[in-house]
Amino acid sequence: MADTLVRKSSSSPSLLFRYGPEITGLASLVVAALLFELLVRVGVINRYVIPPPSDVILAFERVVTEEDILGRSGATAFEMIVAAVAAVLVGVPVGALLHRSPLWRRAMEDWVGALAAAPIVLAFPLFLVLFGRSPKTIIVMAFFHGLAPIILKTIEGLSGTRKVLINVGRSLNMTSSQMFWKILFPSALPVIFTGIRLSWTFVLITVVGVEYLINLGGLGQLINELAERYDLPGTYAAIFFVILVSVFFFILLERVELWLRPAR
Amino acid sequence: MAATGEMKAPARRAVAPAVSTAPVTARRVLLVRVIVALAVLAVWEGLSRSGLFYGEVIPSLTRIAASLGKLLVDPVFYKNLQVTALETFASLSIGAALGIVTGIVLGANRFLMRAFEPYVYYLSPTPRIILFPVMIMWFGVGPASKVALGALSAYFAVALSTAAGMRQIDAILIRVGRSFRATTWQMATKIYLPAMRVPILNGIRLGMGTAIITVLLAETKLSNQGLGYMIMQVYTRFDMPGLYALLIVVFAIAGACNALIGKLAREQV
Repeated sequence: MADTLVRKSSSSPSLLFRYGPEITGLASLVVAALLFELLVRVGVINRYVIPPPSDVILAFERVVTEEDILGRSGATAFEMIVAAVAAVLVGVPVGALLHRSPLWRRAMEDWVGALAAAPIVLAFPLFLVLFGRSPKTIIVMAFFHGLAPIILKTIEGLSGTRKVLINVGRSLNMTSSQMFWKILFPSALPVIFTGIRLSWTFVLITVVGVEYLINLGGLGQLINELAERYDLPGTYAAIFFVILVSVFFFILLERVELWLRPAR
Repeated sequence: MAATGEMKAPARRAVAPAVSTAPVTARRVLLVRVIVALAVLAVWEGLSRSGLFYGEVIPSLTRIAASLGKLLVDPVFYKNLQVTALETFASLSIGAALGIVTGIVLGANRFLMRAFEPYVYYLSPTPRIILFPVMIMWFGVGPASKVALGALSAYFAVALSTAAGMRQIDAILIRVGRSFRATTWQMATKIYLPAMRVPILNGIRLGMGTAIITVLLAETKLSNQGLGYMIMQVYTRFDMPGLYALLIVVFAIAGACNALIGKLAREQV
């Protein structure tokens, strides 16, 4: 028992030493928040420009209870899921087809790359005219924004299949279909998932961004509404909420990607 | 069962190639591109004439071309282009300067890297446009709020790329500098900065891409000048050929800027 206590007490300083940088980072955020609180309260910073952090924390409860944040999160999640799944269902087969034909791949890969870099979200007025002011517009835009990374990474993943694996397939007299499903696709899966991670990040940015811009849908619209009501603590709280959700989403995708990556 | 099937058919089966083995020449690639482009244009024109879409939702190619021509000789376009270009340049300059400093600090110090880089890393892909209401509160409704938002967008890409570049500098170069007893300034200008030219330029390229988009989006939301504002004006007038023409020009400008900085980054020191 005494031994356990000794071990427990000796583990705390080592934990502090081990996670010192992370604790410093977190402590810096807390200190910055306290500093803002102080500066706002003594009047150095105008509270109508930056609300005191304590007001923002209190506004979280109001935003959750009064602004139907669950329903709005659901609306955003629905738009994201439809666009993200559609991007995978279209992007992977298109990438696989382009991989099969070097001619089409060389002809189209640059164009797909240009699509990836194109400021598609800027065309939202055009999509509004084409699809109306509805979630359809947001979904279609997010789909197009998320499509290119999956196509490009599918091509990259399939092209990066190790020669020895392809030779094994050939030596077993595999058909094209068997070759794809048993050799190429499983080998390319980690790279394809990198494309999916990038794609879903784009999808999230587009969905929330367009919701904010056209004042429709879920979490993006919430920020716009609170800002238009000049509810500053609420606006800040909603922004922090969206950032937290986004960060959680990225971490989750990264974990899945790491899990899929073969051990080296 | 499967094994039986596989034994019945081997004679008919050719060994599957992983990809098509037909030779790919530049001429054939060009031919495919021309065919695809022509097919897209033909489908577009067909849809435009089909009457399936309301009004001018899909205008004819000739009308888009005419609008494009009109746009390119319109002084108002160049005035707005100048505003957007200045806002983007200012936001990129501020964002890149702050990003390079942050990147150097995080890249040079492992403790600070572990303490603060996760925040920069995970905040970098969040949708920046949602911070626009905050920027309006802080910097007003004029160009300053667009510049601030653009700077924030560029900052993350440059900071992360610089920090990564800093960590990838060949240790031998640093040791050579130290063995010559180089001062901090000499180390920075003769060793670190030349070695980090490519990652910094890559960061600036990525930062510029996001800065352009963010500035334009902010202009569409609340502005009375700039290309984003112009897009909303054309949209409000329901001038569809004008909207398509403007988007073509904006996409072309964004692509050209991206290609230019990409080329600079690829060039060897």
